Amino acid sequence: MLIRLENDHFHTVDDRFTAVGDDEALPDSDAVILSLARFEAEGTALLAAGRDVGVRVGPADRVEALVDVLPQLALVALDFPKYRDGRAYSTAVLLRDRYGFGGEVRAVGDVLVDQAWNMVRCGFDAFETTVGPNAWAAAARRYRHVYQASADNRAPAFAERATKARDPAARVG
Amino acid sequence: MFHYDAIDAAMVADRNAEFRDQVQRRLSGELSEEQFKPLRLMNGLYLQLHSYMLRVAIPYGALSSAKMRALAHVARRWDKGYGHFTTRQNIQFHWIKLSDTPDVLDYLTTAELHAIQTSGNCIRNTTSDPFAGAAAEEVDDPRVWSEVIRQWSTFHPEFTYLPRKFKIAVTASPQDRTAARAHDIGLVLRRNREGRLGFEVIVGGGMGRTPYIGATIREHLPAEHLLSYLTAILRVYNRFGRRDNLYKARIKILVASLGAAEFARQADAEWEAMDRPKVDLPDLELARIRASFGLVPFRTLPPRSERFEAARSDPAFARFARNNIVAHKVSGYGIVQVSLKGIGEVPGDCSADQMDALADLAEQYGHGEIRVTHEQNLVLPHVPLDDAPALHAGLVAVGLATPNINLVSDMIACPGLDYCALANARAIPIAQAIGQTFADPARAEAIGELKIKISGCINACGHHHVGHIGILGVDKKGEEFYQLTLGGSGAEDAAIGHVLGPALGADKVADAIDTLVEAYMAIRQPGERFLDTYRRTGVGPFKAAVYPDAHQA
Repeated sequence: MLIRLENDHFHTVDDRFTAVGDDEALPDSDAVILSLARFEAEGTALLAAGRDVGVRVGPADRVEALVDVLPQLALVALDFPKYRDGRAYSTAVLLRDRYGFGGEVRAVGDVLVDQAWNMVRCGFDAFETTVGPNAWAAAARRYRHVYQASADNRAPAFAERATKARDPAARVG
Repeated sequence: MFHYDAIDAAMVADRNAEFRDQVQRRLSGELSEEQFKPLRLMNGLYLQLHSYMLRVAIPYGALSSAKMRALAHVARRWDKGYGHFTTRQNIQFHWIKLSDTPDVLDYLTTAELHAIQTSGNCIRNTTSDPFAGAAAEEVDDPRVWSEVIRQWSTFHPEFTYLPRKFKIAVTASPQDRTAARAHDIGLVLRRNREGRLGFEVIVGGGMGRTPYIGATIREHLPAEHLLSYLTAILRVYNRFGRRDNLYKARIKILVASLGAAEFARQADAEWEAMDRPKVDLPDLELARIRASFGLVPFRTLPPRSERFEAARSDPAFARFARNNIVAHKVSGYGIVQVSLKGIGEVPGDCSADQMDALADLAEQYGHGEIRVTHEQNLVLPHVPLDDAPALHAGLVAVGLATPNINLVSDMIACPGLDYCALANARAIPIAQAIGQTFADPARAEAIGELKIKISGCINACGHHHVGHIGILGVDKKGEEFYQLTLGGSGAEDAAIGHVLGPALGADKVADAIDTLVEAYMAIRQPGERFLDTYRRTGVGPFKAAVYPDAHQA
């Protein structure tokens, strides 16, 4: 199941992308997702042909390799080979905060509902998961406050407190 | 004392609700143990040899009387009537039922306590100076900065699934009581020539099977950039730290393999590229945190207390005063250290009744404050010297007046094979045997400062690498043996100890320590601690004393 986050709303969507393995033939049409290695070999041609292309970035891949082509990419899929492997969180933050990527950042692989809030805070907006959008949304919204700034641009606790200090009537908590 | 505001309280409540749901899903079988494990660990819940163990955080080692009473209640109601203070300024309850843990955590919130991030591959509870706010030589209150780090690191979305656990220490005194150089990041707060606060940033220290003393990568990071610089370090580590081997996953391995200079270059590059104003704490919030610690209403007292001096005619009090009470920054006050190393007892253990008694004594004589040290002792940081004799009497009544701080029987020991599933050997009986060997307090005092640290396995929870004498339990074909190391230190003169010789059987360890001490006493020069003598002479005389039959190398 693919869940998308759009305008603060989690809902299931049909996946118009086909994930293509490194040994598989490219489908003629359709939007495709390629590994970083395959994209580096074939991506320029596909983009030039006007195809929608996404890149699957593994935890050991350096996202810096994509910086020049990011504006042309429809999505970046970040892979969790094990859910305990947290490298993709940093990659997502870099994509959003450092490189200003505005396309879809999709979590794929071993994606557990208990990580929904981490993912959303780090800038993911699409999730390949087995749970439904309601359970996903509940887990993502578990925390009413956050302590630190991240890619979701939620106001951290210190900003909420500053607001309240300026206007004591404002509700905090 | 720092208090939660509504946001802090909501954060913990939301976390407890999340964990209650996760426990439910584990009990119903929806979550496998493999899936549940990282989640329970991030809430301080370990599966040990006999049952679950819950590790409760004591942020920056600071407790109030109310918090101490809450810990006593947990010990009585959900455990076997005691708790174990650890080398990480936490307390562990070793006999907790999984199904009870959500209720325990909810109860703890009534005293503003929690178990968040006391385990797991995330940023752990920050270690700080137990003498904070009381030490004369500190340049600022390290608890303020520890609380800044607590908030930043709590539920950090990017750094919750690190390659391994991550521990930060903050000290603001030249005398390091936090083992800063043995942490993943050690932060030493100083003022530069212009009077500006800044941190010496030390990275890559640690214990375990490959111990390192951390390397300084910044001499003076302006204090206001602490959070952005920590973010840069953690990001480099999260991305490039090893994940293929549990034992090579700590940041110390990354720093050692890159070299400290190259690690510093990468961290600096990340820091330069970052949107720092977004991450750094605004001055307003720093001021709020500083103010929320409040001021201790110290009284104006003469520096000399007649009552204190008169009480010295009691030899027991005089000994306690010599060993357990140190100077306070405020005239007429003292810092009173409470040893949890009674002779023959388990280092760090404290009964519920003792916790309640300490809470009362702290309220009566110490402004309601109690600190936990990484050496598994407690501290009443603000005691008027006039009240020290009465406090001492109160401690005697509950068996907490052992006058042995920093002496040979003030040992660190991990829980060892008696409790821990990872251990190769028992640590507690070894500590008890050494305690008995040096039970004579006059002899212990004559020996002077001597830090013995015992670990039941190579994971080094007992910090044996930085013991003046370290003791490491090893398994040899199913039998417990112990390897001795000499010359380590976790203080400002940090060093890793060197192996003395072949491992010894369990029944030989206390005698060997006795032999080492006698060798030291015979050759020490005036004013030398055991460590100083070792550093002057090298291992020779000590090796010859313990292994007289060994061939000369």
